[in-house]
Amino acid sequence: MKLLTHNMLTSHVKGVTKGYPLLIKATEVKVNEVDFNPQFVSRMIPKLEWSALVQAADELGHRQDLPVELVPEYEKNEEFLKKVHRVLLEVEVIEGCLRCPESGREFPISRGIPNMLLNDDEV
Amino acid sequence: MDATVENNVKPVRRSKEDKKVIRKQLKASHTLLKHEGISTAPQPTKSLVVANGGLGNGVSREELSAALKQMGDVDKLIMHPNKPYAFVTYRSEESARKAHINLNGEKLQCGENSVTLYLSYVDSVTCEEEASVPLPEGLVLVEDFVCSEEEALLLAAIDWSSTNTGVTAQKALKHRRVKHYGFEFRYDNNNVDKDKPLPAGIPQECLPVLERCVKNQHIDIMPDQLTVNQYESGQGIPPHVDTHSAFEDTIMSLSLGAKTVMEFRHPDGRLVAVVLPERSLLVMKGESRFLWTHGITPRKFDMVPACDPQSFGDTTPDLRTSSNLTLSKRGTRTSLTFRKIRNEPCRCAFPSACDSQGAPPAPSPPPPPSLPCCHADAALLEEQYVHRVYDAIASHFSSTRHSPWPRVCHFLCSLPPGSVLADVGCGNGKYLGVNLELSAVGCDRSSALVQICAERGFQAFVSDALSVPLRAASCDACISIAVIHHFSTQERRLAAVQELVRLLKPGGRALIYVWAFEQEYNKQRSKYLKDHNKELPENHNPAENSPEESQEPQGKSSVHSSSHSEDNYRTVDNNQHVTDDKLSVHTNRTAFETKDLLVPWHLKDGKKRVEGDSGEGGKKDQQKEKSKKTSRSKAALDCNPATSPGFDSNIFSDSSLDTIAATHSSKPIPGCDTSQTCSSALKSESEIIPAPVFHRYYHVFQQGELEQLCAQQAGVTVQSSYHDQGNWCVILEKALNR
Repeated sequence: MKLLTHNMLTSHVKGVTKGYPLLIKATEVKVNEVDFNPQFVSRMIPKLEWSALVQAADELGHRQDLPVELVPEYEKNEEFLKKVHRVLLEVEVIEGCLRCPESGREFPISRGIPNMLLNDDEV
Repeated sequence: MDATVENNVKPVRRSKEDKKVIRKQLKASHTLLKHEGISTAPQPTKSLVVANGGLGNGVSREELSAALKQMGDVDKLIMHPNKPYAFVTYRSEESARKAHINLNGEKLQCGENSVTLYLSYVDSVTCEEEASVPLPEGLVLVEDFVCSEEEALLLAAIDWSSTNTGVTAQKALKHRRVKHYGFEFRYDNNNVDKDKPLPAGIPQECLPVLERCVKNQHIDIMPDQLTVNQYESGQGIPPHVDTHSAFEDTIMSLSLGAKTVMEFRHPDGRLVAVVLPERSLLVMKGESRFLWTHGITPRKFDMVPACDPQSFGDTTPDLRTSSNLTLSKRGTRTSLTFRKIRNEPCRCAFPSACDSQGAPPAPSPPPPPSLPCCHADAALLEEQYVHRVYDAIASHFSSTRHSPWPRVCHFLCSLPPGSVLADVGCGNGKYLGVNLELSAVGCDRSSALVQICAERGFQAFVSDALSVPLRAASCDACISIAVIHHFSTQERRLAAVQELVRLLKPGGRALIYVWAFEQEYNKQRSKYLKDHNKELPENHNPAENSPEESQEPQGKSSVHSSSHSEDNYRTVDNNQHVTDDKLSVHTNRTAFETKDLLVPWHLKDGKKRVEGDSGEGGKKDQQKEKSKKTSRSKAALDCNPATSPGFDSNIFSDSSLDTIAATHSSKPIPGCDTSQTCSSALKSESEIIPAPVFHRYYHVFQQGELEQLCAQQAGVTVQSSYHDQGNWCVILEKALNR
C-alpha cells in the first residue's frame, strides 16, 4: 500500500462518522524507487488530503521535512515535488494494519494489501 | 541437461527456435519428475518418454506409433490412460537417438489438431501387468450377437419420423434421440404407464433376435418393451439403475452402428468400464441390473484396448491401468434396450436400491439455491455463488482475462491526466494499467484476485462493492466492469450503483458494464454466442473478455455436466422477485433463458486443444440432458466414493505437461460443495485429475434495465448507454451542484 492509496482510504465501519485518516501501524515498510514524474505529482497534490499525507509519512518515519501546510507554487518547486513523490509513490507498507481512528477497528495489511472487508455486523 | 546430449540433439547452430525446444524439453522433464516421479536419463538409452504424445492429450496410438516407427523398430509403446505422455522403447539405442533428434520439438498431427512432442531418454519403462477386472456380477457381454445384415435390418426398422414418443421424453431428452415401443418410458417419473401400451409394439424385425435370446437363455420371457436410444458422438447417458418397479430382472441391450464404453459403478466405489462393440448384446441380470449403475460418459473419443480382445470371459481389461490402449473415435451408436414390464412389486435382494422396497430416490445433488428474498439470503447466496467461487478460480480466471475490453479502454483514455480512478471489482487488475496518466486504485471482493493485482504492481485492496472504504467524492472516475450482475437483488444492485456515485466527485463519471440478457442485439450475435462452435472454453463472459482472447485456443472439458436441476426453466418476466423458483443452471454459450441464473465455470488451466472436431453443441446438449436425468432418476451418481463428490472430471482435460501442475493444485474450497457439480468419467482413483465446476450467480440485465436502475439514483445523469458484445453499458455523470 502506497500512501497515495492510504490517502484515499477511510474507515467505513457502521456508525463511524470520523473514520479518516486511518492510522498506520506498520511492521514492514519498503521504499521502492519509482520514476519521478513532476507533472503527475503536481496533478495529484490538489487531490490529496495534505495533512493526512504528512501524518502518515510521519507515522512511517518518512516525513523528511514536509511542512504541515502545503507550500505555495509547489508546481515549480522540484525539490518539494521529489519529497512528495517519495512519500506518495515510493514508500510502501508491506505488513501491518490500518486502524480506524474512531472505532479502533483494525484492518490488516498483508503482502502490501489492505483487507478492508467488514463483518456482517459492521456494515 | 548434459551438454553432450544437447549437442547430439542440435549439433549445429542454435537458433531461437532450437533454444525454445530445449527449454520446453527441460520443462517437460522437470514436470515429469515432479509430478509423475519419472526421471529422465542424461545419456541416450533405448527408451524415451514422449511428452505431449499421450492418450490424455488426444494422441492416438496409431498416430504416434506411425511417427515413431519411421525412426526404427519399436519394441514397445506404452500409453497409459489419461496421461499426456507415452513411453517408447526401441530395439536399438541408435533408433532411439534418431527419434530424439528428429522428433523432439516436432509437431504431430492428430486429427485436425497437432501437438508438439518433447522427447527425453529414460532408463527404464515401468510396465505394469496387464490387469483385468471382473465384470459386475450378473453381467454378460455377447460379442457379434447379430451379424452385419441383421444390424442393417434392425437399424432400418426404427422409424424415427413418426413421433409416438411421448411429450415427457421429448421434453427431457431434447438431444439424444429416443423412441419407445410397447410402452412409453416416462422420464418425468422414471416409470412406465402399464395401463397405456403404445400403438406400436416391438418391431417384427426384432423378433428373430429376441427368440435367439430366449433360446440361448439370456432371458426367460419375451420382452414387451423396447427403448431405442441413438447417441451421436459426444453424447451419453448419466449413470443410473433402471427403475426396479418398472421392469423385470433381465435387461438386454443391443449395440448397433458403433462401439462405446459403458461404465458400471457399484455403490462401494468399484468402477468397471466395459467396451460394448457394435453388434454385441449386453445382458444385465441380478446385481449388475439391480445394484450397479450404468452410464455412458459423453465423449467423442474412448480409450479402448489397442487390439480388440476377442473374448473377455467374465473379466474385462482394466481400462484404467492398461497401457495397451488407443483412442477410438465414437460414431453414431444406436442401442436397442429390451425389457419386460413388471406387474408386481420388485422383491430383489438389493433393497437399498429398490423403489418397491422403499428405497428413497437416489441421493440427489444439493438443490440449486433460490432467488433470495431478503438481504441476509442475498448476502449468503453471493458469498457462496460469487465470492467463494472467485477465490477458488482466481488464478485460472485471471489467466483468461488478460486483454482489456476496447471500449472500456477508450473510456479510461478519455480521462484527463492525473484523474483519480477507482476500479470497483477490479478482478486481476487488467484495467488498472491501461492509462498510466491516471492515479488508479482497484478493489475486489476476492483477495486471491487482489493478490494478482498486487503482484502486477497495482494498488489494490480487498473490499465489498457495497461498502468501498474510499473517501466520498474522492474519484474523478469509477469503473464497474462485470460486477453489478453478481448482486442478487434489485436493492443490492441499486446500492452498488449508489456506492459508485458516492465515490465520484461532482462532475465525475462512472462506466458500468453488466452482462446482457440479450446476447443477440441488432441482429448481431455476441462473441459469447458466436464462439459456441469454436474450440473455446466456456468460461468466457463477454464482459470480461476481449475478442483477442476469445480467439485463443484453450482447453476445455469434454464432460460437462451439472447436477443442478434444469427442469425449472422459467420464462423471462419483468418481475424482479421470483422467490420460490430455484435458480437454473445456464448452458454455456447459449442464449439466456432466465435473468437470474448460475453460470458454470470449468476450472482448469486451459491451454491445449483437446478434441479435434468438437463443436460444443453435442456436449452442451448432453450436459443439459444429463443434469435433467440425474436430478430425477434413481441414478446413484453420488454413491461412488472413489470419485470425489462435487467434481466434474474428464478425460481429455488438461492433459499437457505444462498444465499438470495447475490442475494438481486445484482443490475445492471447503464448504463450497454446493457450488460445484458432480459427474463421472472413466477414471482410476489414482489418476483422477479433478476438474471441478463452479457455479457463479448472475443477474443478466434486459435492455433498459441498467438505465432504469441508474435513474433511481438521484444526482446522476446517464450520459450514454450502449450494448457492447453482449453487455449493457452506461456512462453516468454525477451532477455538479450536488
